[in-house]
Amino acid sequence: MVWSVSAKEAASESDAVRAGTRRVIEIRLHSRGGQGGVTAAKMLAVAAFLEGKYSTASSFYGAERRGAPTVSFTRISDHEIRKYSQIRRPDCVIVMDPTVIDAVDVTEGLKPGGKLLINTENNIDADKFEDYEVYTVNATKISLDFDLKVAGAPVLNVPIVGAVAKMGIVRLDAVRGAILKMFPNEKNVAAAEVAYKMAAML
Amino acid sequence: MREMQEEVVFVTGNEAVARAVKLAKPNVIAAYPITPQTEIVEVLARYVESGELRSEYIHVESEHSAMAACIGAASMGARVFTATAAHGFLYMCEMIFWASIARLPIVMANVNRALAPGWNIWAELKDAMAHRDAGWIQFYTASIQEAYDTTLMAFRVAEDRRVMLPTMVNLEGFVLSHVMQPLRLVDEAAYDEFLPPVRIPHALNFERPHTLGTLISPEHNFLVQYDNNKCMRAADDVIAETEREFEKITGRRYRAVMKYRCEDAETLVIAMGTLAREAEVACDSLRDKGEKIGVLRLRQLRPFPKAFAEEVKRLPAERFIIIDRAYSSGYGGILAEEVKARLYDLGIIKEVKSIIAGLGGQDVPHEALEKLFMDKQGGETWYGV
Repeated sequence: MVWSVSAKEAASESDAVRAGTRRVIEIRLHSRGGQGGVTAAKMLAVAAFLEGKYSTASSFYGAERRGAPTVSFTRISDHEIRKYSQIRRPDCVIVMDPTVIDAVDVTEGLKPGGKLLINTENNIDADKFEDYEVYTVNATKISLDFDLKVAGAPVLNVPIVGAVAKMGIVRLDAVRGAILKMFPNEKNVAAAEVAYKMAAML
Repeated sequence: MREMQEEVVFVTGNEAVARAVKLAKPNVIAAYPITPQTEIVEVLARYVESGELRSEYIHVESEHSAMAACIGAASMGARVFTATAAHGFLYMCEMIFWASIARLPIVMANVNRALAPGWNIWAELKDAMAHRDAGWIQFYTASIQEAYDTTLMAFRVAEDRRVMLPTMVNLEGFVLSHVMQPLRLVDEAAYDEFLPPVRIPHALNFERPHTLGTLISPEHNFLVQYDNNKCMRAADDVIAETEREFEKITGRRYRAVMKYRCEDAETLVIAMGTLAREAEVACDSLRDKGEKIGVLRLRQLRPFPKAFAEEVKRLPAERFIIIDRAYSSGYGGILAEEVKARLYDLGIIKEVKSIIAGLGGQDVPHEALEKLFMDKQGGETWYGV
């Protein structure tokens, strides 16, 4: 006995991709070690999962250390995810630390018209990102306001995920659910909700 | 199918394996941490510490000792689990062979990782494939759910009276061990019914004293090996039976040979692990362009599944492409050479292309696989070279 996916079943899946009814969102997160980038990727995946979707969260594992630029990934799909390779053409890029922009090309591979979220306290030069739908949020301030600190440094994952909900990638109630599952504390939920309100499109 | 409350969690591949082991309730766990496997033994240690799992957890100073402790415990009739990866696996090599020749149903998770030097912690199958001839049943998984489900099934297969052989469950380092996916949990009561209590017939026993592992003369040694092979062959049927029983309680279907769009395929891609799933994505794209291509994924390398021969005889494919994430220097892709040998046995002389990809964690996107599949050149190709 051998389990088999018939050509017909698989073809209907290809049709769904062509018709655009099969939605796959690939997200890349740029952060620095210790800011909570890996956890943010997981939180997004859990939120999508709570919405009834398939999702995976991963990171590029190398020599992690506090302060070094790190990259994490989330894949969200209506169907089982069979891709295990790295995300090269993301639909959405999240920059948790604006200083990373000087160190790496954060929009590399980002699809034209793709969504870009930047955590910043300053105004962003919109011309630089004119091909994309750019959102900003001051996640660092929100984190400090809510005293979300680990080892003295602000942890950004909770407000960042709240801001991602504003971009329409996951729903706010799912974000709330994901936070309560991972870090059951109303303060975290409140911080995400403030970030949702504050996040704005350029 | 039994109606049951299904619980879903969102975990890494490592935690999924640890959760499966917790359900199997081994009497003894002896393990040494090593990246990328460490989380498995960490989570198990936490279960034991909290009292959720009543196993004897033996902290050892090396992997050689871990396997030696597993052998000792299983020789006394215990259900035993350990986990390892790469250099740790190689370090326990001597004991690995001992476990299988002694017919001890030890279950081990191996998180596949490349070998140094040029220190590399990422995925490659060579650590397991280097132990291809060690007499262990070898499963290769391709999702977090599959790693969990296969670990659950591994205990039943290993401990089956007709098998009594150590069994390893492979999951690729980082791509499975550290990625998080939703995981459907198996109900504890249903699993207790699925996995009978362990009974090792030749275990040491105070009432009926005997010795294990003493000198064995040339008149008998080959018989032990003959017997081992017989049990390994029998394991093929036991695995199929176990997979059908597992399907009854979970609804999830696993078979030694997993086919994807193979029925009318002129080109058949043969692979193991996550690269086979990535190949399915490439296959869909090529099908959209009119190529008749399918993917055949092998879930077990030992015993080499009989179902493979049955399928290859039946399917119309004229061209075979084999993806290998492990290489035998001076010979070829390890899976490719195994497949070629099977094809020869079947009298099938067809075009075979061997792709070497994903060594040392090399990222292999489906777009690259698509190009490699379309390259009509036969022989051996190294992706990226």
